[in-house]
Amino acid sequence: MVLAGGLAALVRRSLRTHALSTLVTAGSLALACGLVMATFAIQAQSERAFTGGADGFDAVLGARGSPLQLVLNSVFHLETSPGNLGWAWYERMRDDPRVALAVPYAVGDSFRGFRIVGTVPERFTEVRGPDGGALTLAAGRLFDPGRREAVIGSTVAARAGLKLGSHFHPSHGVTAGGAARRGRDGAAGASHGDAAHDGDDEDHDDHDDHGGAGTQGAQGAQGVAAFAEAAHGADDPRAHDEQYVVVGILDATNSPTDRVVWIPIEGVFRMTGHMLFGQGEIFVAQPGQAIPAEHKEVSAVLIRYTSPMAGFTLGPEINKQGDEATLAAPIGAIMADLFLKIGWMSRVLEIVAYLVVVVAAGSVLASIYNTMNERRREFAILRALGARRGTVFSVIVLEATTIAALGALGGLVVYVLIVGTASAVIRGETGVVLDVWAVHPVLLAAPLGIMVLGALTGLVPAAKAYRTDVAGHLSPPG
Amino acid sequence: MPASMSRDTERSPLLDVEGLTKSYVTPDGVAELVIDVPTFRLEQGGQVALRGPSGSGKTTFLHLLAGILAADAGRILLDGHDLVAMHEASRDRLRARSLGYVFQTFNLLPGYTALENVALGMLFGEGIDEARARELLDRVGLSDRAAYKPGQLSVGQQQRVAVARALANRPRLVLADEPTGNLDSLRAQESLALIREVCAEQGAALLLVSHDAEILARFDRVTELADVNRAARVDVAGPGDRAGRGDRVTRGAMGEGR
Repeated sequence: MVLAGGLAALVRRSLRTHALSTLVTAGSLALACGLVMATFAIQAQSERAFTGGADGFDAVLGARGSPLQLVLNSVFHLETSPGNLGWAWYERMRDDPRVALAVPYAVGDSFRGFRIVGTVPERFTEVRGPDGGALTLAAGRLFDPGRREAVIGSTVAARAGLKLGSHFHPSHGVTAGGAARRGRDGAAGASHGDAAHDGDDEDHDDHDDHGGAGTQGAQGAQGVAAFAEAAHGADDPRAHDEQYVVVGILDATNSPTDRVVWIPIEGVFRMTGHMLFGQGEIFVAQPGQAIPAEHKEVSAVLIRYTSPMAGFTLGPEINKQGDEATLAAPIGAIMADLFLKIGWMSRVLEIVAYLVVVVAAGSVLASIYNTMNERRREFAILRALGARRGTVFSVIVLEATTIAALGALGGLVVYVLIVGTASAVIRGETGVVLDVWAVHPVLLAAPLGIMVLGALTGLVPAAKAYRTDVAGHLSPPG
Repeated sequence: MPASMSRDTERSPLLDVEGLTKSYVTPDGVAELVIDVPTFRLEQGGQVALRGPSGSGKTTFLHLLAGILAADAGRILLDGHDLVAMHEASRDRLRARSLGYVFQTFNLLPGYTALENVALGMLFGEGIDEARARELLDRVGLSDRAAYKPGQLSVGQQQRVAVARALANRPRLVLADEPTGNLDSLRAQESLALIREVCAEQGAALLLVSHDAEILARFDRVTELADVNRAARVDVAGPGDRAGRGDRVTRGAMGEGR
């Protein structure tokens, strides 16, 4: 059917005639629309993901310092540990009637950039994931707390080249990239990493007990330099002597848990080069000998209260005493506070996004307005053929709205690209997953707003079309 | 007895103009009368030529008859409907349904094919009838050029598309403003014959304005436009009606000059 759709056909034809201008204008609107949507959605999703990803814990107990650092380190496995606490703190929390669950963490090592966390089996049996379900194993079993065994998160399994039965040597430091990375951050927990060990080339039994006889290198407090000179792992001078075996792989939780290599906490205590300061003096675990509780230490204790009321008494009790420990709670509120503090940055991004929208809207106006001179004859002809003023007015507004609609559609594509990329980067860096398809009001408001704005910008050239002097733009008078 | 229909005919005229005036305001703020037509008539289905040299106000007159311009005063009855008294939107509707217009420069829309240009003539009237559009193109000998855009057609072909478009809505009246002005003599004659034939076939009256003696000679009835328009200035070959209008009003009453 020729010119099917009547006015729509006129709009379509005009847009096609000015295809380049249409594409550029719609493209700029798409960018603006996508940017606005992504700004708001990433902000909202990040906040939701980071304030809700506490894995069922209510509080984190750690060394005196920044609660935010404590939370970032213990819950999100980011940042460095603010320091360590004596084992007694863990026992105190474990035995406190207000605490339903206390899980100790010892950190400071990594494998190929993925952090190694020493903990207890209760971390898996008693803790529920962010979705409320229990952590489940995709393969294998949980580690034996008395052996050099590891349970790895799904991301570690996918990216670190580890599978069930794989052996690996933990590397000292939390940001080292394993064999391929040699940078040293020196930021491990106070009692991890400042120790050294002699390089020992003995083979290790894969399933060696932590206290196994005679397979560990001699250890001593010889300082960082000595540690760096250790020759374990042909290409990683910071590799520990101990060799661990992967016995379990966790199901994906879409949380930072997926990026962690979990080993028995005893293993961290006994890692070559690690020193313990549990009692304020250096203690180096010896193979075959039990570690007295007073020498043990933890980087953090993750706590679940028996009731919400527990936090009201436990928090002040710990935070107002001395300067040894900090109870960071509630975890969500601490992260929310972070987002509040960096809120100005979000505002700036929002303003930039709005400015891009204004510029894009201006481009719609300019692109249509610039064609008005050449098109006045076209409008005059249409009017001579019987089109009303309102008709040519509508054609222009419809044209602007169509460009905006194309922009809004393109905006959705831009949004998916931006959020998809951001999501991949954030997931890669933190393990936190942003849901690209999560419904957010801005996903409806921005495209509609862009279309309304497009229609409004069409009003100016439309008014010009409306006022077209028909007789003056037809054939020359005679 | 020149062109238009006699007053004493019993048949009601298709077009009946009375006391029509139109002025323009110059940049100096002076109102200048450019159209002053005491009376003019055209019978149903009639074919009339107006001799319209430059400055005689022919385009302005045709624009007023087509409702493209609003008159200052007077009456233009087209098939009984007074265009002067009508609201603009009604004039637009009447123009879309009852009038066809062939411009000197054809005024085809360059981005549209020949077929689409003809269809555009229907878009604001009774709606697009593709079969009729093709039929009209066939009638003017362009059935094989339906998909061509104006820039791909010769001048003569463009003019034929313009004729087909003017007739697309089965108009009662076709106004033609120097329709052969851009054609050579031979093609102008052919084109004129086509316009007259097609208008006759379609039952449309034709009011054609030209200053070409060869064209005018083909009409049985020819009227001097200057006799119709008392405000015509015929001694200056100006570029347009508006320029210098009112310098001289050379014609007196033309009452029965029909």
